[in-house]
Amino acid sequence: MQEENNSYKLIPGWGVDANPDDRPNYPMKKWTGDDHKRINWQRPALQQSSVEVLHSNERPSKSAVYGTTVPPTGLSGQIRRYAFRHSEDKYAHWLPLLLADRVNMVEGVIEDISSGHFPNYFKERGFTADWKYNRGAVIQKVVGAACVLLVWYAMSKTKKKKRFI
Amino acid sequence: MKAMNYRGPFRVRVSEKPIPGIQHPEDAIVKVTHSCICGSDLHLYHGLVPDTRVGSTFGHEFVGIVEEIGPEVTELRVGDRVLVPFNIACGKCAFCKQELYGNCHESNPSATAVGGIFGYSHTAGGFDGGQAEYVRVPYANFGPTVIPEGMHVEDALLLTDVVPTGYQAAEMGGIQEGDTVVVFGAGPVGIMAARCAWLFGAARVIIIDHLEYRLDFARKYARCEAYNFRSLEDVVLFLKKTTDWLGADVCIDAVGGDAAGDTMQTITGRKLMLQAGSATALHWAINSVKKGGIISVVGVYGPTDNLVPIGNVVNKGLTIRANQASVKRLLPRLIDHVMAGRLNPREIITHRFPLSEVADAYRIFSAKLDNCIKPVLLPSAD
Ligand SMILES: NC(=O)c1ccc[n+]([C@@H]2O[C@H](COP(=O)([O-])OP(=O)(O)OC[C@H]3O[C@@H](n4cnc5c(N)ncnc54)[C@H](O)[C@@H]3O)[C@@H](O)[C@H]2O)c1
Ligand SMILES: [Zn+2]
Ligand SMILES: [Zn+2]
Repeated sequence: MQEENNSYKLIPGWGVDANPDDRPNYPMKKWTGDDHKRINWQRPALQQSSVEVLHSNERPSKSAVYGTTVPPTGLSGQIRRYAFRHSEDKYAHWLPLLLADRVNMVEGVIEDISSGHFPNYFKERGFTADWKYNRGAVIQKVVGAACVLLVWYAMSKTKKKKRFI
Repeated sequence: MKAMNYRGPFRVRVSEKPIPGIQHPEDAIVKVTHSCICGSDLHLYHGLVPDTRVGSTFGHEFVGIVEEIGPEVTELRVGDRVLVPFNIACGKCAFCKQELYGNCHESNPSATAVGGIFGYSHTAGGFDGGQAEYVRVPYANFGPTVIPEGMHVEDALLLTDVVPTGYQAAEMGGIQEGDTVVVFGAGPVGIMAARCAWLFGAARVIIIDHLEYRLDFARKYARCEAYNFRSLEDVVLFLKKTTDWLGADVCIDAVGGDAAGDTMQTITGRKLMLQAGSATALHWAINSVKKGGIISVVGVYGPTDNLVPIGNVVNKGLTIRANQASVKRLLPRLIDHVMAGRLNPREIITHRFPLSEVADAYRIFSAKLDNCIKPVLLPSAD
């Protein structure tokens, strides 16, 4: 299916950036010698904040700017603090963070309910869109789940009966 | 203000949050007018990225109007219409000096392996993102770029990520005139990479995916060949055959850790999370490129490990190039390409939602419903 002719050369812009001298050929190192001074920059002003920010132990201090959204709290926060005692090289850093994310999800539901807001799972999972564009699959899932429930129910009934025979 | 609010895997909603304030002298606050959902957001949405905290607001592809500036901001004025690169970069550190603006050392305290990114978990700095009415933009003297006169706002929007990423994917491939280029993934990024491969002088561009509607779109938009890996018994073998049994000169991974197509990879990478996502596309790329060829990776993976045939990389003498796109570095050239009509980014936008429908928007993009290629959220449309 190879192009027989050179019609691709008619594609708008074809070859405009083909000249190797006119592109950085990224990511070739832009060597200036300057970076061998290691810390060769004057740090920007440092952001001041009282929010708890966990920083990687592979750097001596926080970066000059950082986000201050959702600081660590609760059990998930404890797990995150533990994770940050290990370098980015270690599973002991990343696996606890993933665990903390799952714990955090449960904390989110508890927080929602205790503040009087019962999360609308259907809406949050985009069920309206699924129902509109993916109805077949939704029905399949519901029917599948119903079958599993029915079988489970039937089995638990027969087990009970057996016990009495 | 209204903001997207992450509640756990596959669950998002809109909540009230306080409008962000200036926290650093070089900050700006931007009122967001348009904000995309990206394939990268799907890794967060699927729960694959460690330290994605409940209550976070995602969104790293946005344009808007400068609402407030910090005392040291000299390059922007209140009221300016700006496009904001997805990477947060100081412009001064050792890495920014090398134009590695996706690898800034002064924008992310939490991980040294990745620079700060808006709305992309605490692993990328813990910043709230632009799927909200307002967003805090650090280093406002450096990152945000005033949208050029005469540029369509939706073209500007895609210059924050998709266009530079697709372009850099092709650039990192080191394409030489006459090369055959294979792009894995026909999402917005892959389609743009295929389109940009021509700019570097490719003679043949092939895109691989399993969604027919995306392959159709890619054929027309990127003017490339497009094949469905589900209807090929063995995609690597097919690519070998169609390249005189040698392999492609360049292979681009524009899929990342949410890849389908290999049961083992899917189970270990996406279900059990024993790997940092499934590495199917990268695996295929390594095995279908020519000896001495170049692999360019823009697909995003998690921070731990992935199963790839590194032995073949050695034996075939391959070069692997990869990065987060250095948006600010590429903007001048890409603005030029857009203004000259060589690239028409906004044609890939298929869906526009008010922010209040964020949950449906995520679902549609994640499950690839309604022939969705690229969805945009409109925070001021409610
Ligand atoms: N490096 C960067 O700077 C950067 C920037 C933006 C996006 N990204 C990454 O690029 C990737 C693509 O982003 P997108 O917005 O196009 O996402 P997307 O989810 O819309 O597209 C991914 C496409 O890959 C397809 N696919 C799945 N498995 C495949 C396989 N084995 N082979 C070929 N195709 C396969 C999917 O069907 C889908 O069409 C993501 O991983 C995203 O995180 C990187
Ligand atoms: Zn993106
Ligand atoms: Zn920097």
